[in-house]
Amino acid sequence: MNYTMDFSVIADSMPQLLAGCAGTIGLALAGMVLAIAIGIGGVVLRDSPFAVVRWLVIAFVEAIRNTPFLVQIYFIFFALPLIGLKISPTPTAIIALGINGGAYAIEIIRGGVQSIPKGQVEAGLALGLHRGEVFRFIVLRPALRAIFPSLVSQFVLLTLTTSVASAVSAYELTSVAQRIESDTFRSFEVYGSVTVLYLAMSWLLMRGFAALSARAFAYPTK
Amino acid sequence: MTQDAFLFLLNGLLWTVGLSAIGFAGGTPAGLAIALARTTAPGPLNRAAAGYIAVFQGTPLLMQLFVVYYGLALIGLKLDAWVAVAIGFTLHASAYLGEIWRGGIEAVPRGQTEAATALGIRYVSRMRDVVLPQALKISLPATIGFLVQLIKGTSLAAIVGFTELARAASIISNQTFKPLLVYAIVGVLYFALCWPLSIWGARMERKLAAASR
Repeated sequence: MNYTMDFSVIADSMPQLLAGCAGTIGLALAGMVLAIAIGIGGVVLRDSPFAVVRWLVIAFVEAIRNTPFLVQIYFIFFALPLIGLKISPTPTAIIALGINGGAYAIEIIRGGVQSIPKGQVEAGLALGLHRGEVFRFIVLRPALRAIFPSLVSQFVLLTLTTSVASAVSAYELTSVAQRIESDTFRSFEVYGSVTVLYLAMSWLLMRGFAALSARAFAYPTK
Repeated sequence: MTQDAFLFLLNGLLWTVGLSAIGFAGGTPAGLAIALARTTAPGPLNRAAAGYIAVFQGTPLLMQLFVVYYGLALIGLKLDAWVAVAIGFTLHASAYLGEIWRGGIEAVPRGQTEAATALGIRYVSRMRDVVLPQALKISLPATIGFLVQLIKGTSLAAIVGFTELARAASIISNQTFKPLLVYAIVGVLYFALCWPLSIWGARMERKLAAASR
């Protein structure tokens, strides 16, 4: 074997790679926002008085959590045009990420809401707080604090999952890498460097959210 | 869809099961070694194991497969696609299982280790007969959960070019021009594989929670 590594292609294509990183973060953020929206809606519907609705939410969660994201994104990719939505790959990927993340978010948020004892809400109302204040200070903030770590790891997981969106050629780091690879044939150098970029991104996200959580939830509980 | 097409999908399902089994079987001893290094090894080995876990948990599985696939070719190993992919999944599984079992080992009450040490039981026996049986029981639900993750993860082998269930789906979909039908069937096949495991994991978790109350 006499292969010489050549990382100059990486240096040359650094601007495209960094733009790909931005695409990945953007995709993950948009997907997470959609996921949380689906999660909140799902939690409300999960306790609906109608059994059919409750059953549908459970079926949605189980179906998404027990099938691969790749199959989901292909299905959505081919299904959207049939219901009249002709949109480009990147929004398609956001919808797929949102639906996938949403199923996990339902479970996480449900856990958080259930962690607030009913007596606390009643105590807040008895002390003369408004309903809005009770919701903000007694339900939302402690619930958010309880689920924050799970939400963050779900977000990091979703960020890593965006690489699969390259299968429908959405704009993100992996598809950028594939284009550079097919131009330069430096497969190992390109994918190795991109792996390091992903590692840096997930590390920065973890650090950033840990700092945010330390600021937002640093109140005494006992 | 013809019967042949369906049989082709079932053949893909067989490869998915096989690949998951190889990844899990290969990841088990390596994961155990990593978990032991994380909990009982001194400084450098411990940090190396921590770094190994951090790298695999902080990068996409797809990139791991690409790097292993092209990396093995680079060091002169001319391997079949499925061998390269199997090695990739084994490494991936070892990191995740290592982290899960580290948690399990640390959840075993310290008194157990101390009592075993006080009784003069040496490291190998202390781990094999005292700590690990309890740790594995604690981490069984998470282990089953990861197995579901791994089965779903094997679909990414399709992108590297290995014909398992997900790639069989895109081949049939391209032939029949019925992508929705094909991906729905394939989704159901994955579901049939993963759902029983998920239910088993959830039941184990409830049992464990009830036992520790």
